[in-house]
Amino acid sequence: MEKRELTCINCPMGCRITVTMEGDDIIAVEGNTCKRGYLYACNEVRTPVRTVTSTVRVEGGVSDRVSCKTKEPVPKIKVFEVMEAINKASCKAPVAIGDVLIEDCAGTGIPVVATKAVSPA
Amino acid sequence: MKADIVIVGGGPAGLAAAIAAAKEDNTLDILILERDHELGGILNQCIHNGFGLHTFNEELTGPEYAARFEAQLDDLGIRYMLDTMVLDVASDSVTAVNGKEGVFNVDCGAVVLCMGCRERPRGALNIPGLRPAGVFTAGTAQRLVNIEGYMPGKEVVILGSGDIGLIMARRMTLEGAKVKAVCELMPYSGGLKRNIVQCLDDFEIPLLLSHTVVDIKGKERVSSVVIAEVDERSKPIPGTEQEISCDTLLLSCGLIPENELSREAGVEINPATNGPVVNESFETSIPGVFACGNVLHVHDLVDYVSEESGRAGRAAARYVKNRGNGSGPVIKVKNGAGVRYTVPSTVRTSELDGDLVIRFRSGGVYRDSYIDVLFDGVNKMHRRKPIITPGEMEQVILKKEDLEPAPSEILISIAEK
Amino acid sequence: MDNSFDVIIIGAGVTGCAVARELSRYDCSVLVIEKDEDVCCGTSKANSGIVHAGYDAKPGTLKAKMNIRGNEMMTSLCEELDIPFKKIGSLVVCTDEANRGGIEDLYQRGIANGVPGLEILEKDELREIEPNISDDAVCALYAPTAGVICPFRLNAALGECAEQNGVVFRFDTKVIGIRRTDDSWTVVTDKDTYMARAVVNAAGCHADELHNLVSDTKYHITPRRGDYMLLDRSLDGFVKHVIFPQPTKMGKGILVTPTVHGNTLVGPTAIDTDDKDEAPVTSEGLSKVQEGAIKNVKGLPLKQVITGFSGLRAHEDGGEFILEEASGCPGFFDCVGIESPGLTACPAIGEYMALLVSEKLCLVKKDSWNGICRDVIKPFELPAEKRAALIKEHPEYGRIICRCETITEGEIIDSIRRPLGAKSLDGVKRRTRAGMGRCQGGFCSPRVMEILSRELGLPLDSITKSGGDSHIVLGRTKDEG
Repeated sequence: MEKRELTCINCPMGCRITVTMEGDDIIAVEGNTCKRGYLYACNEVRTPVRTVTSTVRVEGGVSDRVSCKTKEPVPKIKVFEVMEAINKASCKAPVAIGDVLIEDCAGTGIPVVATKAVSPA
Repeated sequence: MKADIVIVGGGPAGLAAAIAAAKEDNTLDILILERDHELGGILNQCIHNGFGLHTFNEELTGPEYAARFEAQLDDLGIRYMLDTMVLDVASDSVTAVNGKEGVFNVDCGAVVLCMGCRERPRGALNIPGLRPAGVFTAGTAQRLVNIEGYMPGKEVVILGSGDIGLIMARRMTLEGAKVKAVCELMPYSGGLKRNIVQCLDDFEIPLLLSHTVVDIKGKERVSSVVIAEVDERSKPIPGTEQEISCDTLLLSCGLIPENELSREAGVEINPATNGPVVNESFETSIPGVFACGNVLHVHDLVDYVSEESGRAGRAAARYVKNRGNGSGPVIKVKNGAGVRYTVPSTVRTSELDGDLVIRFRSGGVYRDSYIDVLFDGVNKMHRRKPIITPGEMEQVILKKEDLEPAPSEILISIAEK
Repeated sequence: MDNSFDVIIIGAGVTGCAVARELSRYDCSVLVIEKDEDVCCGTSKANSGIVHAGYDAKPGTLKAKMNIRGNEMMTSLCEELDIPFKKIGSLVVCTDEANRGGIEDLYQRGIANGVPGLEILEKDELREIEPNISDDAVCALYAPTAGVICPFRLNAALGECAEQNGVVFRFDTKVIGIRRTDDSWTVVTDKDTYMARAVVNAAGCHADELHNLVSDTKYHITPRRGDYMLLDRSLDGFVKHVIFPQPTKMGKGILVTPTVHGNTLVGPTAIDTDDKDEAPVTSEGLSKVQEGAIKNVKGLPLKQVITGFSGLRAHEDGGEFILEEASGCPGFFDCVGIESPGLTACPAIGEYMALLVSEKLCLVKKDSWNGICRDVIKPFELPAEKRAALIKEHPEYGRIICRCETITEGEIIDSIRRPLGAKSLDGVKRRTRAGMGRCQGGFCSPRVMEILSRELGLPLDSITKSGGDSHIVLGRTKDEG
């Protein structure tokens, strides 16, 4: 049996939630005040995911960096691998919002897309 | 130069106000004056996601959120001028300067103030110590990292746990810096729980509540900061000092609405918000001058800025068309126990644009308490809230019909159980 | 490169630059050596910015003489060098009837020193000209010839003027040794070695060390720290004069004054330290400033502070200006112990020292000398038509970079390109006020960095706050290095 401590992010209460797990099975969720807290805790212990936002190098643009994000949230444990891939990537101006900058980022199957337009210099 | 409505500032408030005004009356000539070289204001550097859940039902990054608004400008025939700084505001004219026109006047029918806010700098915090390079407000660091692509530092301590500070803790960490601690003077954080978890806990960055920076060391570049625990009166407790070696100190210690133009124009300012006193139409004490967004009061969600600014923009459009001021009764909105401020301060029911939304902030943390709304001393709403904190803006929505007959005063207060 | 000069001046603060400008009238070669990256980096950059009337110093002292002469010279100097200066007058306020005698003594001392226009104002008159004066104020010494000046422009202008008349400046150059060789002086620095027929020691807090290297008589300077708080310009007019408490042996006390640019300045403390290079603001210091301020001015909104800073005064044990050829050192001239009223006195010190040096070296004046030097063009101080023409020709004067102080790109470019131009963020700030306002550079510093980088042809990550290792950013994101 394993106990995981979490802070709920749904409201300013920030309930401290304790999730008791047996392997992948959730045995008990304690400390939450509402249903949203329960759902958050279940998701967070099973498949924690995060959207990663950063910037990617741009060649030949009015700006030499363009902001980007993972199109979908990626597994939390992959965040730093995703950042490594983003740091190595580069693209050429013009860039439009939604342009795919990395097709499959760090083996997550999730693309990294531009979140801002960059026109050519 | 002429325009029906001049919007001062092309950030989220200005964009929303301009668009709403144009949609209210498509014959109006609307001009946005923006001091930066692009529209979007602070959204351009807020490259994290979490914007737009209320407005677009999806999570967008700052630049994407701004782009959704900017895309509407051309269709609506809204004009804008970039790199243009407004110097003076009156109800019927705005003076501005740019490199192309020099100093110029725009005669107009109404003005909407959308200048946003600025960060409280080190100097205003009376932080002792030397004055080396490496001390930044979190927003300046955010611009450097996210727009310019430069690292403000490699080893970072952050003072203040406001959302920008928390967001920057994550950004700096992802970009390869080591964030050693976030210190918060208060016994609670002013930031959103989500940010505390996803920006600090995810990266095991310690959040030190009731702590402050008592010394900054380093002659040329920051070499370390000394932090200490504070007592209930926010005074450092001797003996609790600890020195943290770092090259950078980021400050996220509060935002101040940028009302220098408003003050010079003679607009009445509410000392609790540092923003103009406004009525239900977001009109200031000067008829024809409206204010919305962070220049009015600091918001925590941009969606609320857009919604509020839409109301202000529509009101400005109606003002230009009718030139009329409501002749009905004027209700005063007052803050009761636990409430630090309310927006608006007065309400003319005749001028209401749908329901009345009263936004307010508490003066402290309240658990398991009630929000009470009293009309002339009679309780009209008694709503339970598990938690109320100064960091999260609260609102009550009153239906227009519930305001008939109009009370002379609406009092908002927080009552503990 | 010829490293031989007629005169070497050590220090590019107000004293060194004032001496340099005066010496540039003569047919001689002058080198100014400065350890920091710019003029105005030591005591000259962090002080009250006051032009004192001259009633403080004991009659007959050099402090008294130089103060009076400096005050007399200041108006025309500020016209010649385009330096913001306002003669707003000062008040020394007595808040206890028992101490009235001190005000009268000061009045008598002022008369003896030759200060014009002194008056003792009683309660009612005082309140009339200074409405926010403390209710405890019983009387005050009023000196109409006192004023406020921009210390940065004063220092920079003196330097620029010297440079345009042929004086050579070496920055980031620290003197590490001085010795007498035959008829001249050898000045060894961390970069080059220079020779001169005469040396002027204007090294501020370090002037005692330089003197002690060469002379048998020994001096001792104690760096006396002063903390200040600068309040927002929205308080312009809250006080109208330089308001002092009654002086003590540690100095003139904590004053409240408008600055020449309309901020309100409060300070300084007087705390003796042992560090000549670092002047940290301390919380005790700030508390003392706050306590001091409210003694004389009621209701001063100290919450509207935009920055705190501290500076060091070069206090020599004797408490007097030492302006002379050092004992046993022919051609080595000291400017030692230049604390308050040093800023006021600097034009007079320049004149006095130049005379000593020129007599020693038998210098003759040049046929032509240009004593005029314009400040950065400030479009918002020009009449509308001139401004319009300026922006039409140079659009950069219509692009606002510093929102708080309304400073344009044109002014920043000028501050970088002009003689002895700015090389750092602080250099730009001192010359233009960009970053000196209520947001303290939060918005404009990235843009000023860009302009510096472009104008100096340097990568952005080598731009500094104030020279040396004070880099503002530490490399690029996505750096594979």
